[in-house]
Amino acid sequence: MNQLTPVRPLTELQALESESIHILREVAATFASPIMLFSGGKDSVVMLHLAAKAFWPAPVPFGLLHVDTGHNFPEVLSYRDEAVEFYGATLKVASVQDYIDDGRLRERPDGTRNPLQTVPLLDAIQTGKHDAVFGGGRRDEERARAKERVFSMRDEFGQWEPRNQRPELWSLYNGRHLPGEHVRVFPLSNWTELDIWDYIEAEKIALPTIYYAHERDVTERDGMWIAITEVTPARDGDQIESRSVRYRTVGDMSCTAAVLSNANTVADVITEVGLSQLTERGATRADDRMSEAAMEDRKREGYF
Amino acid sequence: MAARTPLRTGGRTLLRLATAGSVDDGKSTLVGRLLFDTNSVLSDTLDHVEKVSKRKGLARADLALLTDGLRAEREQGITIDVAYRYFATPARKFILADCPGHVQYTRNTVTGSSTADVIVLLVDARNGVVEQTRRHLAVASLLRVPHVILVVNKIDLVDYSEDVFTAIATDFAMLARSLGVADTHCIPVSATEGDNVVTRSTRTPWYDGPTVLGYLETVDDTPLAVGAEFRFPVQHVVRPQNAPLAPWAARIPTMDGDYRGYAGKVESGRVRVGEEIVVLPRGSRATIEAIDTPDGPLKIAVAGQSVVLRLTSDVDVSRGDIFAATDAPPAPLREVTATVCWLAERELTIGARVLVQHGTAITKAIVRSIDGTLDLDLQPGAVPSWQDADTLRLNDIGRIRLTLATPLPIDSYREHRATGAFIIVDDSDGWTLGAAMAGSTPLTASSNGCAQPGRGA
Repeated sequence: MNQLTPVRPLTELQALESESIHILREVAATFASPIMLFSGGKDSVVMLHLAAKAFWPAPVPFGLLHVDTGHNFPEVLSYRDEAVEFYGATLKVASVQDYIDDGRLRERPDGTRNPLQTVPLLDAIQTGKHDAVFGGGRRDEERARAKERVFSMRDEFGQWEPRNQRPELWSLYNGRHLPGEHVRVFPLSNWTELDIWDYIEAEKIALPTIYYAHERDVTERDGMWIAITEVTPARDGDQIESRSVRYRTVGDMSCTAAVLSNANTVADVITEVGLSQLTERGATRADDRMSEAAMEDRKREGYF
Repeated sequence: MAARTPLRTGGRTLLRLATAGSVDDGKSTLVGRLLFDTNSVLSDTLDHVEKVSKRKGLARADLALLTDGLRAEREQGITIDVAYRYFATPARKFILADCPGHVQYTRNTVTGSSTADVIVLLVDARNGVVEQTRRHLAVASLLRVPHVILVVNKIDLVDYSEDVFTAIATDFAMLARSLGVADTHCIPVSATEGDNVVTRSTRTPWYDGPTVLGYLETVDDTPLAVGAEFRFPVQHVVRPQNAPLAPWAARIPTMDGDYRGYAGKVESGRVRVGEEIVVLPRGSRATIEAIDTPDGPLKIAVAGQSVVLRLTSDVDVSRGDIFAATDAPPAPLREVTATVCWLAERELTIGARVLVQHGTAITKAIVRSIDGTLDLDLQPGAVPSWQDADTLRLNDIGRIRLTLATPLPIDSYREHRATGAFIIVDDSDGWTLGAAMAGSTPLTASSNGCAQPGRGA
């Protein structure tokens, strides 16, 4: 024992980083074929960065999977490919567009493709025989997520059964499952949005440019700023303005709104996030407004 | 090699809390109040709560709705499962395991308490210490949670009476002593009114202690694990020679393909470069050559840190092994005695074949005996006692003896919360059945503790 040196507790980010690295290593050591969901969004980038650190100096021992709705921001797609190369990872893309083109999926009347991701995701998990799938979900994002385990069991249909979850004790993660089942793993469970930004700044992690303020043609609908794009064209009565905006999440263009912002740097964003009066999903995800239990319904169906 | 920029955190630390209370003690309101008064609730969430409150015909926003998660819970107005909440002040970030006080209370409280530094226990000022309080405090003691605060809630409903508060605090102090809980503190609170949660109340001038948040911001946050002997379960062996080095590693000139390190998290104590350690269960000795991280090498690693350790000599090490301080390392056990919280509907019987997951190891085990269950239906002033039992049922706390297929270096839970704990897993479908704490039960070691069940390993 070295009782001579006083030991200070780890700082918040050190503790969170160590916990996530521990989780990533447990999965790599105990599952046959893990895969990590990677969209180029900030949470998935932080997760990939943590994976690179967890397995350093060896490469990340599993591949990445992106479910591409076909409605992604071009800035995010080019960033995605650069990040994959930077971290020395390999990427598989499951394309919602392919499913629509060959008739396996049909476009929804409202044009939103987020709900359409479930089938290509589950198919990719099944064909790749992936028994563990990393997701960047955080428990502070939404009320249904607050109850999700770090290791979250899914049945053959990818369904989450919130009333029948395994207790998760100490840091003993139990990933045993039956054939056909798989486990969703959330290494960022205990991070908050502010932690993510603090970490991006501390680790100097590059992000897609649309996370920072830029000029864009937008229109205000239902209190949300929607970009005018091919996917989301102007509607009758829209008042189109050029505003300085940024995105807090970078999902499907058809259902991700911008926020008015002048934040050009991580520090600006941290200030903005720390003071903002809107939660991340509420401000920018139109599809969470569909019903009070929107997220819970999608999770039960196999969405993340 | 140059260390990269250290994390910019302003020194803020992390404190893990668990709440416990019976139904109607106002726990959801207290948690809602903590979130609300620390500005951790943002406006759209609050809009939603106000909308729902109005629809229910309530005069003002029901803060308890902030913590209602699942649809079934909203419909039934109860909380089913442990939910995790996050709030922060400039001094600390808090992770709160919000444990329902309802059905499955033991299961949920055990789960939430397993990682907690502090338990926030609630009572209704009108009822004082009740059976549930005694149960929850017993669980806190069993799980060795370092600090317990008793929130005497609804103090407004007893006219902010000092006498009522003092009587409850005295009862509680006696109970804590009998259960061997060392550090407790009582606070008079009205969660609905906001008295002494975040802001000091002018209506309790007779109370000069901290508010709930004030307490949480100042309580000693040094994890118990830091003071314990060094333990490091090996997660995996890092040997990149069969694969190209990661792009990052390639940037470090001294790194080559012959690299061999052991990745894991320091579960307790600390380790320094040059120190001798013992590799368990084999018992071979080795010296720490280096402590590596992608941010640069360290001279010392402490409890909670994920690192890669290199050894000076070539010893046989694989996942599941534990590096331990050479001073009193745990003996690999084939027979282990433990206190178990049973978490599953299916019962445990003598002769059952199960899996034991400990550290990073997993092995088959057979239940040799069930030596009794803890009677927590406590009368005021009584200490827990052991009842004869031959099965364990959901929410039971029992003493069992297991034979392991391969010996594991399991510590006594009293000294090592991480490496003294293990979970019992169903071999057929992988379900987590029980939470086990090895060695003697903390409860029974208090000065006026009850007798241990007779048979032990």
